[in-house]
Amino acid sequence: MKLAVLLAAVLFWLAAWAFNEWLVRRRFASPAAERAARIAVPLLFGVTILVLWEGTVRGFSIPSVLLPPPSMIWARLTGSLPTLWADFRQTFLKSVLTGYALGCGLGFVVAILIDRSPFLQKGLLPLGNFVSALPVIGVAPIMVMWFGFDWQSKVAVVVIMTFFPMLVNTVSGLAATSHMERDLMRTYAADWWQTLIKLRLPAAWPFIFNALKINSTLALIGAIVAEFFGTPIVGMGFRISTEVGRMNVDMVWAEIAVAAVAGSAFYGAVALVERIVTFWHPSVRGGQA
Amino acid sequence: MERETFLRDRLLPIGTVLLALVALWYVFAVILNAPFERDTAARAGETITFSEILPKTMAQERPVLPAPHQVFAELWDTTVNKAITSKRSLVYHAWITLSATLLGFAMGAVLGILLAIGIVHNRAMDRSLMPWVIASQTIPILAIAPMIIVVLNAVGISGLMPKALISTYLSFFPVVVGMVKGLRSPEQIQLDLMHTYNASPAQTFRKLRWPASMPYLFTSLKVAVAISLVGAIVGELPTGAVAGLGARLLAGSYYGQTVQIWAALFMAAGVAALLVAAVGVAHGLVLKRMGARA
Repeated sequence: MKLAVLLAAVLFWLAAWAFNEWLVRRRFASPAAERAARIAVPLLFGVTILVLWEGTVRGFSIPSVLLPPPSMIWARLTGSLPTLWADFRQTFLKSVLTGYALGCGLGFVVAILIDRSPFLQKGLLPLGNFVSALPVIGVAPIMVMWFGFDWQSKVAVVVIMTFFPMLVNTVSGLAATSHMERDLMRTYAADWWQTLIKLRLPAAWPFIFNALKINSTLALIGAIVAEFFGTPIVGMGFRISTEVGRMNVDMVWAEIAVAAVAGSAFYGAVALVERIVTFWHPSVRGGQA
Repeated sequence: MERETFLRDRLLPIGTVLLALVALWYVFAVILNAPFERDTAARAGETITFSEILPKTMAQERPVLPAPHQVFAELWDTTVNKAITSKRSLVYHAWITLSATLLGFAMGAVLGILLAIGIVHNRAMDRSLMPWVIASQTIPILAIAPMIIVVLNAVGISGLMPKALISTYLSFFPVVVGMVKGLRSPEQIQLDLMHTYNASPAQTFRKLRWPASMPYLFTSLKVAVAISLVGAIVGELPTGAVAGLGARLLAGSYYGQTVQIWAALFMAAGVAALLVAAVGVAHGLVLKRMGARA
């Protein structure tokens, strides 16, 4: 029985793989079909994983406490929408978005402020780079002590986590223009503000969006992990840690699915704005972001 | 252009900023800890002057913000004055976290390199795997950490392995992305040259792609080692605060031991700096052996 399941899984995997291989190598006449094939390949891979997951969990009768099948997670997801929505609102709409806006805004403003002082830049940049490598998430318990259990402490954690990547990237972005371009602005008699807005900020956008994209994931991680240290009885991190304790693993996976979709959508939204703002950049014009 | 000097361009600016930070820290320690002293004085029915408050804010047992010298006294006490095997020694806890980090980092690096090799050499793998590798970066992976710990414990895998697996999961992504970029970094003209030499794919890989990818590899390894430390620390949170830096953080937050939290934080920062520096040194050595100028 188990051998048959294993055999079926391997066969299915090979068949899907072969189909993907065929799809990749095939040339399509119309560009529309070509594009559809391009999207279909990764989609097919995802579907294969899901089917294999469902099949092996059922075939080997793995207890759902360990690994629930996708269908069970989906049922739980659709069945407890109000709870999930409340958690989503607490964690994502309140903590993540506020902290993300504050942290990125603060990093940006500080970068502009120290732009005129090479001394401060030389002092702050190595520190910023160093802090980016630190487990900043560890300040979570301290923030929870200072700002209480509610979303304010999570905002504080997110601000600290997002500030330094933004600072470092903005400063290096502002330095990205060449001497030639800055000299040209000088011959136009442009003052510091005009140079900043017309030349240096546009040149810095790719760097800034890089930080915005990094921060979109960091912010969600920060908010969720900070909830492990204490929170009111709502929130994605809270739900994950309590439902793990109660062995409601399907609820945990549903929450993870929500977090994954929210994280991907957030990242996607930032990437979309990036494509619109930096339409001139080679990586966008080439069709690959 | 003037030549950069170590004193003027490194030590002086960084030192100034650091000093300013420490000064700011003392100021905030006084501001944040003063209300507690005023409360105690008011409860005792005494009035207390500012000059009396000042030294007291520096020596509270559970301050809101411990003064820097308190943190460093605690660090010194728990690293030097305690036997390394003692459960009160920070070195012991740091070692537990470090061993999980290193194991996870090694597995993540190997897995990432293997995946990158597959992606570069197989078009189907490139098309179907790469979008998912990128998409999975947008998922808050750390959220799954408690899940993995509990599930693996139920299967019977406990101790170092679950934490290391979380570190692996976190650290293989930067390696995959960096290595794919690095293995593709040789230019067409160089690949054509290998072709004219009648080099097999394996030879092209060994003599051109692999050496060309080294700078990319080490850059992503630095990111990977930092993130696998984060993974190990977070992985310690749901295990019920047994041992490790993450457990120290959690225990400190349960019992309001702020000095202990800050000491654990500084220890974690030290370990992170050490790991990144180690990768940097390895990078330098490899580049030197490959004949790059320092």
